[in-house]
Amino acid sequence: MASEKSLVSISQYGKDKILSILDRAAQFEQNPNQKILDGKVVATLFFEPSTRTRLSFETAANRLGARVIGFSDASTSSTTKGETLKDTITIVANYADVIVMRHFIEGAARYASEISKVPIINAGDGANQHPTQTLLDLYSIRKTQGKLDNLKVAMVGDLKYGRTVHSLINALSHFNPTFKFISPKVLELPNAYKLFCDEKGIKYEETSELNEDAIADADILYMTRVQKERFTDLFEYEKVKNIYVLTNKLLEGTKDNLRILHPLPRVGEIADEVDQNPKAYYFQQAQNGLYARQAVICDLLGV
Amino acid sequence: MEKDASKEMKVAKLCNGTVIDHIPSDKLFKVISLLGLENFNNQVTFGYNLDSKKISKKAIIKISDRFLQPEEVNKVAIIAPKAKIVMIRDYEVAEKIQLELPDEICGDVKCLNPKCITNNEPMKTRFVAINKAKGLFMCHYCERAVSTEEMLLKE
Repeated sequence: MASEKSLVSISQYGKDKILSILDRAAQFEQNPNQKILDGKVVATLFFEPSTRTRLSFETAANRLGARVIGFSDASTSSTTKGETLKDTITIVANYADVIVMRHFIEGAARYASEISKVPIINAGDGANQHPTQTLLDLYSIRKTQGKLDNLKVAMVGDLKYGRTVHSLINALSHFNPTFKFISPKVLELPNAYKLFCDEKGIKYEETSELNEDAIADADILYMTRVQKERFTDLFEYEKVKNIYVLTNKLLEGTKDNLRILHPLPRVGEIADEVDQNPKAYYFQQAQNGLYARQAVICDLLGV
Repeated sequence: MEKDASKEMKVAKLCNGTVIDHIPSDKLFKVISLLGLENFNNQVTFGYNLDSKKISKKAIIKISDRFLQPEEVNKVAIIAPKAKIVMIRDYEVAEKIQLELPDEICGDVKCLNPKCITNNEPMKTRFVAINKAKGLFMCHYCERAVSTEEMLLKE
């Protein structure tokens, strides 16, 4: 019997649910060490390695007093023996109260949520979904701007394959945003998301130039990495990999409340000098992931 | 009418069963496979590359003593949305069926995304209609959009 409560995709959450999770995350930021999950077991199944996300989830569980089981690499699991995902999830669901999973196969978390009797938290399934990243992005936006409504959000880089961009567009659609999509032509936002904006009455502009004008009125500058692993033609990758580099000079004419977010890891798209700029927020953003994940784990466990 | 009747005679007349007409010729074998007619024991006759005013070359299938269920009709709609289906009883047209795309397609269609879980686990596929007028569906698992034109049947 599948668990009814799982977090697979951010599109499951409406406005009220998002706000309640962010409120809960704010409480955890005030007091991250609360032993409210004493006696609970959290499984972290990382079929694809991701140190940052795994440590964030495991820290969240540990700070709540839960115990953590799992693996950080599929080569150490019975997947290498040919075990199906169905069997792995069925077995682990007998041991744990909640399963956090990352998989390189798209739709793996949705399928797991249909099999598992305990809630599944999708910690990334290939290029598809990574909902807790979106929640920490929203948390960071609200924290730095004091609100989520009526913001001007510029998204820069790989808007074609970047799942964080797609999910953030979906989640922000509840809050009347205005978007500026800045990307090279080959990495522009897929039509499906532009249609989504049109249907929701969301205003947006597209440009291929990252310059002072393009970001002059932005409240949030969401930078992304051009992901080499998504290109089949590496020549195409070489042409666009260093197309945008954010520097302090580019930020000179921007609004005081502007904050720069990035899902990390970054490669060359934000110059090191920007790290000291008060508008840089990407490292704090990553830290906020801890509180957002504490809130999600507790929500799914009904604690 | 007489002209139509002579054309129909190219494929044996049916006493009882289902006629699927106006199938684009290149979709004929897909429809046969989708309905599992290779393993069907009753008489099945079909015509291939017949002249048609509506489409360039059409195909027709006549299935004896089998009346398609609504879910089977929906399957035909995925592959040949402009096909015409009639139920024959005692050599007469008993019912004309309007084809309509289903809300969900389970099991018959393959996901085109090689990284989709449905191509990596022994499990059923599932597609949900997102825009029937445009024939657009979404894989329930990997969330990639696919049009009925692009759909591939599972082998």
